[in-house]
Formats: sequence, C-alpha cells, structure tokens
Amino acid sequence: MLPALTAILLCQLAGETIAAATGLPLPGPVIGMAILFLVLLLRGSVPTDLGQVGGALLANLSLLFVPAGVGIMTHAARLEAEALPLGATLVLSTLATIAVTGLVMNRLGRTGRRTDG
Amino acid sequence: MGERLSDIWVYLAASPLLALTMTLVAFQAASWIHVKAGRPALLNPVLLTVAAVVAVLVLTGTSYETYFEGAQFIHFLLGPATVALAIPLYRQFERVKRSAFAVAASLLAGSLSAILASLGAGLVFGVDAASLVSLAPKSATAPVAMGIAEKLGGLPSLTAVFVILTGILGASLGPPLLSLLRVRDEAARGLAIGTASHGIGTARALQDSEVAGAFSGLAMGLNALATALLVPIVWALLF
Repeated sequence: MLPALTAILLCQLAGETIAAATGLPLPGPVIGMAILFLVLLLRGSVPTDLGQVGGALLANLSLLFVPAGVGIMTHAARLEAEALPLGATLVLSTLATIAVTGLVMNRLGRTGRRTDG
Repeated sequence: MGERLSDIWVYLAASPLLALTMTLVAFQAASWIHVKAGRPALLNPVLLTVAAVVAVLVLTGTSYETYFEGAQFIHFLLGPATVALAIPLYRQFERVKRSAFAVAASLLAGSLSAILASLGAGLVFGVDAASLVSLAPKSATAPVAMGIAEKLGGLPSLTAVFVILTGILGASLGPPLLSLLRVRDEAARGLAIGTASHGIGTARALQDSEVAGAFSGLAMGLNALATALLVPIVWALLF
C-alpha cells in the first residue's frame, strides 16, 4: 500500500512542480494524472497495490468534495439575494453542456460495441 | 448543563476529530438515505451531506474556517484521487484512442456550450456583474476555474461555490437527462458528465461503469485546459 501511495503523491508533487514552474493553466493534480498515465503506458500494466489504493480513493471520490462544498455557507448572503437568477443559470447551463457534449459524442463516437436504440 | 455542553463543543471543535467524524458520519448517513430512497437524482449524497454539515455549523455557531481545519484532511485527498484517475483512463485507453477525434470534437463543443450558456443565461436572468464573470469557467475543475475568474476580475471563492453547485447538478441531473436524450453509449455519457461537472460528475460516472468513469476523468482534465484557453477569448470577444 505504501509504495502505491508514495507513487501517487510523487506524481502529484511532480505535477504541482511543473504547474508552478511553467505557469500552465492546469492544476498540479491534473498534470499528475497525465504523468501517472504516461508511467502506466510505459510500464504496460497497473501494479496490483496501485490498483487497490487508486480504487479505494476513487470509490469514495464524492466524499472528498464535501469540505469544499460546505464553503457554500460563506456566500450565503449573495446566494440568497440572487437565488432565482443564479439557480436558473446554473441549471440551464449545466443541462445544455451535458446535452451538447453527450449528443455530439453519441453521433461521432460510435465505437462499434453499442446496441442501437 | 447547557453551558457545560457548549464548553465541551468548543473544546472538541478546536481539534480536527470533530469535523472529520461529523463529515464521515453525515456522508454515510446521506449515502444510506440515497440508496434506501431508490437513488433519486436530487437526493445526491454530496448535496445531502453538505446541507447537513452546514446546518450543524450554523446551529452551533461554528465558523467554516474552524470546520475546515479538521476537514482539510479529507479535502487533501482530492489531489491524490485526481492523480488516481489515470488508472481507469489507462485501462480504457484502447477505447479512448479509437474515438480520439470524437472526444476532441465533443469536448470542444461542450466546453464552448458551458461558457456561452452560463454567460447567456446569466445575462438573460440578470445576475450581477461580479457573479457573471465568476460563472463563466464553472464547468472546469475548481483550482482552474478560480484562477480564470480571478484573472478576469471575478470572485474566486464565489467561483468555487458555482463549481461545486455545477458539479452536484451535473452529477444528479446528468444521467437522467442523457437517458431522456437516448445517449446510451457509456463513453458519451461519461464524457458529457465530466465536461460539464468535473470531479463530482466523475465520481458519479465511476459508479455506473469504468468506461464512463475513464471518459469522465479524461473530459475533466481536457476541459480544464479548454476552459482556461477559451474563457478569456470569449470574454474579450463579448465584453
């Protein structure tokens, strides 16, 4: 477990370093994801313990957003004052984005293994 | 007695233990309720947990800063979890390669839709100027969205709130919307949810299948880049 966790942290650290050094408009962990991906590609397989540690983190990914989500309380006044326009904007734009992306990909991305509906 | 209780609360609130335990208990209770209720889209576990924790903090007069001192240990794991998204991506790489062009085209269309729809709807519904700039990058993952909003004169912490709300909305409403539109391909579903609602959407997509999770994680990474490049251009063209 420790080697896998260390490998993940090293990728993140490398990602943070690259982000800070180059000013790339990407967060360190996203660059870290690209680094780990390249390492796996070069290695040709996922080590068992990395699969387990990664699986445990990803199985609980929703939980990890809770502390940031609770930060909503610090903007309660603005959210209350603009509840309706903001709520309508958030719902409409999110639905539009999902619909456009999903429909374009559904049209272009037929990978052959799909039952047509 | 009441005074003693509040003394004990103040004492416990000062250590990370209370915030951590409260978050874990609330999340597991929320997940249990979500499953028991038949997994309704709007009873999203993140939404329920956030609501419960905010209620406790407000009722006890505890500040967000005090809560976050403990909860930061959970928050920290977001970074490693994001790195770990490389694993499903690697396992599904053959499939991603086969649809590389479709991924690029859908992502670009989705990223532009996110920016234009937030600005358009924001203008139509009359949100104020500071909120409008902070809305534009909200489909990108939080650190990227906050950086973009700051550069354009928005409020980074407000952007973080919009990012979270967009994530919860996409994770809860995305799957039923895609089914309604007859988008059944797991790759397309994952890509759509990840483009619109970053990591929170990806957490939801991973529950459906590894294919959806891999495409969602990929979309989250690519849309961070696309949003960072596109928002300043769109903003300069429109305003």
